[in-house]
Amino acid sequence: MASGIKDKVVILGMGCSKFGERWESSPSDLMVEAFEECLHDAGIERNQIEAAWFGAGIDAFNVGSSAMPMSIALRLNYIPVTKVENMCATGTEAFRGAVYAVASGACDIALALGVEKLKDTGYGGLPQRTRGVENDMYWPNLSAPGAFAQLASGYRAKHKVNGDDLKRAMAHVSVKSHANGAKNPKAHLQREITEEQAINAPFIAEPIGLFDCCGVSDGSACAIVTTPEIAESLGKENLVAVKALQLAVSNGTESSHASWDGSYLKTTRIASQRAYAEAGISRPKEEITMTEVHDCFSITELVTMEDLQLADEGKGVKDVLDGAFDAEGSNPCQIDGGLKCFGHPIGASGLRMLYENYLQLQGRAGARQLPDPKIGLNHNLGGFPHQNICSISIVGPYD
Amino acid sequence: MKGITAYGVYLPRLRLNRQAMVEANAWFDSSLKGLGKGERSICNWDEDTITMAVEAGIDCLSALQEKSLSGLILASTTAPFVDRQNSVLVAEAMNLSSQIRTMDIGSSQRAATSALIAGLESARQGNEMVIASEHRRTKAGSRAEMLWGDGAAALTVGDDDVIARCLAVATNAVDFVDHYRGEGSDFDYDWEERWIRDEGFMKIVPEAVSVVLDSAGRVAAEIDHFILPTDQARTPAALSKKLGIRPDAVVDNQIASVGVAGAAQPFILLAKALESALPGQLILLLGFGQGCDAVLFETLDSIERFRPDRGLSGALNNRREETNYHRFLSFNNLVERDIGKRGEVDKQTFLSGFNRRKDLLTGFIGGKCRDCGAVQIPREKYCVNPECQALDSQDNFSFANQPGTVLTWTADRLTFDWSPPAYFGMVQFECGGKLMMDFTEVEEGTIDSGSRVSVHFRIRQFDAQRGFRKYFWKAVVES
Repeated sequence: MASGIKDKVVILGMGCSKFGERWESSPSDLMVEAFEECLHDAGIERNQIEAAWFGAGIDAFNVGSSAMPMSIALRLNYIPVTKVENMCATGTEAFRGAVYAVASGACDIALALGVEKLKDTGYGGLPQRTRGVENDMYWPNLSAPGAFAQLASGYRAKHKVNGDDLKRAMAHVSVKSHANGAKNPKAHLQREITEEQAINAPFIAEPIGLFDCCGVSDGSACAIVTTPEIAESLGKENLVAVKALQLAVSNGTESSHASWDGSYLKTTRIASQRAYAEAGISRPKEEITMTEVHDCFSITELVTMEDLQLADEGKGVKDVLDGAFDAEGSNPCQIDGGLKCFGHPIGASGLRMLYENYLQLQGRAGARQLPDPKIGLNHNLGGFPHQNICSISIVGPYD
Repeated sequence: MKGITAYGVYLPRLRLNRQAMVEANAWFDSSLKGLGKGERSICNWDEDTITMAVEAGIDCLSALQEKSLSGLILASTTAPFVDRQNSVLVAEAMNLSSQIRTMDIGSSQRAATSALIAGLESARQGNEMVIASEHRRTKAGSRAEMLWGDGAAALTVGDDDVIARCLAVATNAVDFVDHYRGEGSDFDYDWEERWIRDEGFMKIVPEAVSVVLDSAGRVAAEIDHFILPTDQARTPAALSKKLGIRPDAVVDNQIASVGVAGAAQPFILLAKALESALPGQLILLLGFGQGCDAVLFETLDSIERFRPDRGLSGALNNRREETNYHRFLSFNNLVERDIGKRGEVDKQTFLSGFNRRKDLLTGFIGGKCRDCGAVQIPREKYCVNPECQALDSQDNFSFANQPGTVLTWTADRLTFDWSPPAYFGMVQFECGGKLMMDFTEVEEGTIDSGSRVSVHFRIRQFDAQRGFRKYFWKAVVES
């Protein structure tokens, strides 16, 4: 019987670049920016890293294929570097590779880095890209907001929610994240917005308006991981340990079988249940003290709160409007500003979320520091509501 | 001789208001004001000769007892492929047997009537379908643009269950060049209307009519429905007078409501005549173009019981007014529109991949599991039912005629679409399958979760770089 990943690996150091429209910066520049902070935080030399995992999402607009771009950018010492891509879960996938390598004993110190350069496309939003030879012939030409807007229509129909009430709750999600992001110097968008602004913004894909969408940014984030023993031997204190790392990937049931009604994210439910079991969490609402979830769109965050069992099914609208996930609420969500304010450089996002958990758990989050965070959860959702990849990582103090 | 056993019609839902056309163009040619009455049918951006042919063919099949056909001929001067048999694509979209004869016929406004004559004279057993479909491009601000329309109609000819038997056929083949479209030209070039009337219609048609009536032993005064497809409003009445045909027999060319649909016009008007004809009536069908085809029919008692799903009246009623002339120009690629960078993404079709998935893409074929009964689309190797997942257990299952409901939807204003916003969503079929699909013909405010939909064969993408176009099935909300 597998024992799971809990408390086998700790974070030795992390780094995160400034996110934003980094017109002047190449992917290499962004990688170096995150890596330098991470290396200093870890207090080790580059040549102590024995293996690395490199996350990058969209080859055509980023660095191209293979792990070489990272090895070259960081001048790594001919160590094994693995390129990973799993849509929006890419950053977390890179982390999973490094963590599993350390946990297996294959190496003592491993690096995970994600980077994405989205602002070389020449237009707003995520790049238009291929879905493969066969899918391209019959899939709708759906954009990301177009895909996730359907979650809103499915949720509305299932729970018989008034469209205006749902839109107001969606607006609250974004208002809350902007308020948080305004306190974060690394966020792309650092401006507060009002509920009125969010509700009245033009539609991108009904009912998703401009302020229901996350930003589109360039950025990079990275982590160096090791065993608790090595971290302690290096004089590290307040260790942040990995409690769970789970991934659930759609197998076509949602998209082709009548059992899914379009109102929730099946993979999130499955991955979170597995993650809670791995981390030994039985009462998520009480035990999870902060979340960084995949708020690509406000509706995604709202539905995700239910799928993570942080809101009861069908009660997400009420909980959101009651402020349960605000900075002062019972389960603060996106305390760093989330994808909403950081944008979503695909390869980097999972590690950027982890970076916030790491800072918060070490009491280093500055103006946005939560009073007593204990267990942090990160959630990524790659793809579309009907076909997607969900990654969940849970971190907390090493016991 | 054989006779007509069924007919079907398709007209695009969009009808362009002619006043809007006049307002856009009268500054250049004030004579257009005299043509600014009523409306004309126009293809949506995702409709063409092929998609309309499929719709007309399906409508025609709906009224046939015996659905198997021995042949399919597609008549058109606007078939999208010059070298790829268009009729085969239509046949596959209709899920017809691959054992049937197929043929394209074009090059003339009497393409359809000539194909019909060939079908009527064929010795082959069983029903043969002839579909006429036309989507003609015209120069902006032209008389043709004002008077023409897009549409399709289908007929089956056979020996059994005939609704109108053929009494005689005749052809007067004359290279009378009233207009032409040469190789490499996008548009027709034509000559003076009055000359076409006097030297063309008034001289060429009577010879063909005289032969067909003599062959059948009938006289002009007996004709109850006189079909002369033309965009010349007064010529059918003038010819009927010259020929001795009763004035009330003249079948209106529907210029005010549809426009003249080129090679499809004879069949659309024949469908119109058949829809209103009583048993024992004579129908004279003409096709004019480098001569004249003439076909004389007599309706039988069975005509009274015959009714396709849509027919001409259904097609006429299924309409939505379009008042934006620029949209029409854009749909017909008559203006170079800034489509944005998202529209620049390469649309190449990988033909080997297309061929592998052709049953899905053209026929809208999914699978039905022999083990658990679950229907699913697309069909994959393993059954999608989580309780089953059997390997290679699925038989072909057509979704082309399956009703469904909208599960989720949106109107996407970010993605590229020729007619934004792009509507798409998850369709739950009543039979149990489910698919994320494009919606077409959506009127704002008429779609929601729970809306009922039917599915239709439409253009999915154009690959302008390589002259290819992709087709797939889309959902249309039932009104």
